[in-house]
Amino acid sequence: MGDPLKTKTTLADCGNALLTWVDERLPVVKFWHDHAAKYYAPKNFNFFYFFGSLALLVLINQLVTGIFLAMAYKPDAELAFDSVEMIMRDVHWGWLLRYLHSTGASAFFIVIYLHMFRALLYGSYKQPRELIWLFGMVIFLLLMAEAFMGYLLPWGQMSYWGAQVIISLFGAIPVIGEDLALWIRGDYVVADATLNRFFALHVVAIPILLLLLVVLHLSALHTVGSNNPDGIDIKKNKGWDGVPLDGIPFHPYYTVKDLFGAGVFLLLFAFVVFYLPEMGGLFLEPPNFEPADPLKTPEHIAPVWYFTPFYSILRAVPSKFGGVIAMGASIVVLFLLPWLDRCRVRSIRYRSPVYAVILGLFVLSFIGLGILGTKPVSPVNTILVRIFSVLYFGFFLLMPWYSAKEKTQPEPDRLTPGSIPLAARQGKHWDLIRSLLHKVLDPVAAGTLKVEAKVEAELGRLLGKDKS
Amino acid sequence: MKTFLLVLLGALTWPAFGSEGQPEIHSVDLDVFDHASVRRGAEHYIHYCQGCHSLKHLRYSRLAKDYQIDDDTMKREFLLGERKMHETLLSAMRPEDAEQWFGAPAPDLSLSARARGADWIYTYLKSFYLDPSRPTGVNNLLVNNVAMPNVLADFQGLQVPVIAHQGGMEYIERLALQQPGTMSPEAFDRALQDLMNFLVYVSEPSQLQRLKLGKYVLGFLLLLTVLLYFLKKEYWKDVH
Repeated sequence: MGDPLKTKTTLADCGNALLTWVDERLPVVKFWHDHAAKYYAPKNFNFFYFFGSLALLVLINQLVTGIFLAMAYKPDAELAFDSVEMIMRDVHWGWLLRYLHSTGASAFFIVIYLHMFRALLYGSYKQPRELIWLFGMVIFLLLMAEAFMGYLLPWGQMSYWGAQVIISLFGAIPVIGEDLALWIRGDYVVADATLNRFFALHVVAIPILLLLLVVLHLSALHTVGSNNPDGIDIKKNKGWDGVPLDGIPFHPYYTVKDLFGAGVFLLLFAFVVFYLPEMGGLFLEPPNFEPADPLKTPEHIAPVWYFTPFYSILRAVPSKFGGVIAMGASIVVLFLLPWLDRCRVRSIRYRSPVYAVILGLFVLSFIGLGILGTKPVSPVNTILVRIFSVLYFGFFLLMPWYSAKEKTQPEPDRLTPGSIPLAARQGKHWDLIRSLLHKVLDPVAAGTLKVEAKVEAELGRLLGKDKS
Repeated sequence: MKTFLLVLLGALTWPAFGSEGQPEIHSVDLDVFDHASVRRGAEHYIHYCQGCHSLKHLRYSRLAKDYQIDDDTMKREFLLGERKMHETLLSAMRPEDAEQWFGAPAPDLSLSARARGADWIYTYLKSFYLDPSRPTGVNNLLVNNVAMPNVLADFQGLQVPVIAHQGGMEYIERLALQQPGTMSPEAFDRALQDLMNFLVYVSEPSQLQRLKLGKYVLGFLLLLTVLLYFLKKEYWKDVH
């Protein structure tokens, strides 16, 4: 006979006991509260706020598929190319792992570029989030190094010659250049030694640094709190319990929202993986299906699409060293952004329309540089590349001047909706879009009205007939 | 500065090469799910290409499995000589011999359809013409002074170039059939189409799996995304 006062121990009790036991030794509950359940994020995040969590998703995809690829890949100049084909043909689901990894590389850059664009739109790099921006920029640099080294591993013609061209750029640095390039390659040309060290860096060194930087990026973010499309501080308006009135706990609100975002992203991602893994030669370039041949230079060497904006800037300058400096500067200048921008307000919503135009021109020049970077050099292309390069640098270097002079609008006290409906958007360009949409949609609406009227008349006639 | 001048020079001359120097590439209708066509293409390959070109990334067993070819047919039609099912489709020609006979080793064609594209190979195989100045007696519009002989001449027939003049320059306007082969032009095109289907399959055998699986994965993700949308809506209904 059991003691009637002693209630039955349930599984939940055991779970709680275990949690208490762990929590006394490791603050898991506090961690969960600090970063999810009681981390208050602004409630008006819009479309552009999906890309942070998506970047994390892609990073995990790259790590997981990368681990399995590394189990079959051979970092040896004699074996590398064939081992990739072996993965594609003889390893169970190897083709899927490889396409998830190669498509993931391109997806990573799409997501990161949109993530950075979000920062430009809403001033997310501005005080007090400078460190978040700096850590993010280091992540971007590491990502470029990771992608560049990973691209050598399939040991195809474009892998080989792309690496040859990019590493030779270090040779343009005066005095130490040639020795530096030699030190990076470990040989006089890109060779087995280069492949082996790039493999080590690609699978061990840079991923570790990337993970560290992601932790720093998120820690800095959770210290100051997330920005929002209004660019205002939600901590200014707190309720009696100290919770920001416009804040909602990250979990469950943003976890479920980001899950939905991940669903949409995975749909698009899977479409590419299953139906367009080469993306018309952009994600996997045709010359890379030929094994590397140090004696045969391809007709046209172009880096993968995500490097082409910077490659264009390199080609815009007549001298090799000047080009290297310009390319380096185009990335370094991004680091300085928080100190170049002197505008009083953060969000584009309350900045001057002039800034919208300037940002538009910057985006246009970045895309233009990207497209031209995939094309062979021609006189027209060179002129365009130079115009776009000037616009690119102009955006940053003139920023201290134009941003200080901007006529800003008053910021609201509380958050406004994440996306402004089309009807409420202000500015000449929105007027134009509205009138165009009106012209397109109006005849359709008129047409349906006519059809409805006809149907009604016909029905009336039929009903009338029935009556008689 | 010197490099810049070279680059500029290259840029100035490039359009001239791009627009007129390159012959037109014909496109070929492809379908790797057409089993009969791929099998015919594989037979053509084994009889007329494998003598020189290897497919080191394709195993006989993979071909048999992917296109449901039974063991007897494999032994009779595909496994020439002492070859085994698990082996890859290697050529019997040694690279050293090829170097001596043709001046260059015959490239492995496992990935040719991905590196060059099926359209290019299709056009290339149709672009041989008689050129007495060449050791093989033929030249090719796509690859000037090509080392490869015109292996398919018996079927296609012999082509001669039709020369046109423009601004004091001679160029090949088109190729004309001088002596018909054993196949009509239409039948020859069909045979090449079979061969291209086979080469496209060889360049990525997993595409059979990939293209079939894709719609189920997308269907599942669509369902999941719709559910996640409603989950989000349910959670967010108290956020104003």
